[in-house]
Amino acid sequence: MIENVVSIKLPADEELRVQKNRIAPEGIGPDAKRICIVTGTHGDELEGQLVCFELARFIKSNMQHLKGIVDIYPALNPLGIDSITRGIPGFDLDMNRTFPGMRDGSMPEYIAAAIFDDIAGADVCIDIHASNIFLREIPQVRINEVSATELLPLAMHLNVDFIWVHSAATVLESTLAYSLNAVGTRTLVAEMGVGMRLTIEYGNQLSKGIIALMAHLGMWDGPIPYVREPIISVDRQVEYINAAKSGIFVPRIEHWRDVRQGEHLGDIVSPMTGDVLVKVVSPCDGLVFTLREYPVVDEGSLIARILRM
Amino acid sequence: MEKIIVYEMESIYRDSFRITGYRFGSGEKSMCVVGAMRGNEVQQMYACSLLVDRMKTLESKGLITEGKSVTVIPCANPYSMNIGKRFWPTDNSDINRMFPGYGLGETTQRIADGLFRELMGYEYGVQFASYHVPGKFAPHVRMMRTGFEAVEDAKMFNLPYVVLVDPRPFDSGVLNYNWQIWETKAFSLYTENTARTDRRSALKVVDSITRFLDKVGVISYSGKAGYVPDVIEESHLVSIQTSSAGIFEPDVEVKTLVSEGDLLARILDPYEGCVREEVRATCDGVVFFRHADPLIYADTVVFKLIPVGEFRVSDRG
Repeated sequence: MIENVVSIKLPADEELRVQKNRIAPEGIGPDAKRICIVTGTHGDELEGQLVCFELARFIKSNMQHLKGIVDIYPALNPLGIDSITRGIPGFDLDMNRTFPGMRDGSMPEYIAAAIFDDIAGADVCIDIHASNIFLREIPQVRINEVSATELLPLAMHLNVDFIWVHSAATVLESTLAYSLNAVGTRTLVAEMGVGMRLTIEYGNQLSKGIIALMAHLGMWDGPIPYVREPIISVDRQVEYINAAKSGIFVPRIEHWRDVRQGEHLGDIVSPMTGDVLVKVVSPCDGLVFTLREYPVVDEGSLIARILRM
Repeated sequence: MEKIIVYEMESIYRDSFRITGYRFGSGEKSMCVVGAMRGNEVQQMYACSLLVDRMKTLESKGLITEGKSVTVIPCANPYSMNIGKRFWPTDNSDINRMFPGYGLGETTQRIADGLFRELMGYEYGVQFASYHVPGKFAPHVRMMRTGFEAVEDAKMFNLPYVVLVDPRPFDSGVLNYNWQIWETKAFSLYTENTARTDRRSALKVVDSITRFLDKVGVISYSGKAGYVPDVIEESHLVSIQTSSAGIFEPDVEVKTLVSEGDLLARILDPYEGCVREEVRATCDGVVFFRHADPLIYADTVVFKLIPVGEFRVSDRG
């Protein structure tokens, strides 16, 4: 059933609606377990759209196995998705820095508060992101070390390739995931693919993982998909490679592969002069789990992340 | 006056990114003033330019105290300013969320790092700041309550209000917060506008800076008297929200004293012109903030009032 989570009247004959699709077996009780699948906080991240579609389609076709409530929120930032805008149009504000929101704040804060209130209290929430237009990511779950003990066992079911337990950077405190975890609603952040695109393989992979997690939670009694074993890492094992100069980055390797220390990863070039400005090499043996997708780089732009092996 | 390059970074197709500063006097780092950090903060850059102009005059007349120096950085983000974009041109990140910065990090982290290296060590730090919602503020000094906030010093700007704010999680990356943590007495000054210049309002801020510098002995300057400010807790401001969307037609300006029930604004149907909603004051107070865009959403704060009774209203100018 499609429900309005929050709606706000816009000036010229339009209503902004954040909606969810609640899928639940008939006659389910008030104590039933609830999982929330949310995506579209950033309007340029679309990988979660496929996951929402696949889950809704698959669950509706197999309702006899559903033992809880599935709330699917495909577009937390509908104006952003419609206008290919990462933030909230009109405010130039990152929605994922506004949680838990404020009922008596500006429009973005009001919407954030309504979304937060609607999700809070669920047994688990999966917040799906798609990197951005600049970087390509392998399917992964990112967990703040503060919540690692509780979230890591859940993340193991999600069929991702990599779980990154990162340090508690303060700036993350205003994200949806941090805010929900702070009130006891266990929330996992999934990152995969690249902005403005769908990677069908990744979408299917995570969809299966969510079904497996639901089975683990006792919300699904149908066949359980095979789940791969992820690599688990903490911050100190991750090497960042940033552009030493501005230019055009030309990758010389494929994403998601092992590299050796000193191996040639790509070049920062000048199309004007034909010169290679920087030869980018790997600082260590490891796995390239993030790789620059957008060619234009400023000094400091992230080019790759490598998991030390 | 010495013109200095605070930070520089090469670009592939644009001129180099440069943050330029103007240093007056010499010796002890007394005050640094930072203007636009975002590409739409034209008024903030403009106010700095007027401050640079005034400081040149003061310096030429020998009115800067020996052994004291003041640095003014009109614009910390010329790349965004020149293309009319609020945040960083490529990744839309906000330099004012990246402090204290990281020299080996991403582009705006590096800029914040380069800038903050210059900004550290001043006794007083002033940022001309703006708000993410389009609106006008009564001129005020805003301070985060970090435990290091210097409220008595803030009063010396003689702007009408000093507003104390409890930091929110994302504030740990802003300049004001980090300046305080690194032991600079930091103040954010808000003028009435952001994207449009307003000479009268900009000159008020320039006056307030020079008054402050005179009081702390950095310059000798007898400007206008200014206000005896009230100190306000941000959490005590009364927010007034809309229930309708449409065309926003305000009836009052900031700093106006209003009574409970007074008409503050009308929201009009954008197609039929009829009044959808009358926005009225919910208490006696002074208008501290008002929405400034011609269009308005429903469920949105359009006014913030300083309730009378709880705070004395200063009317001395």
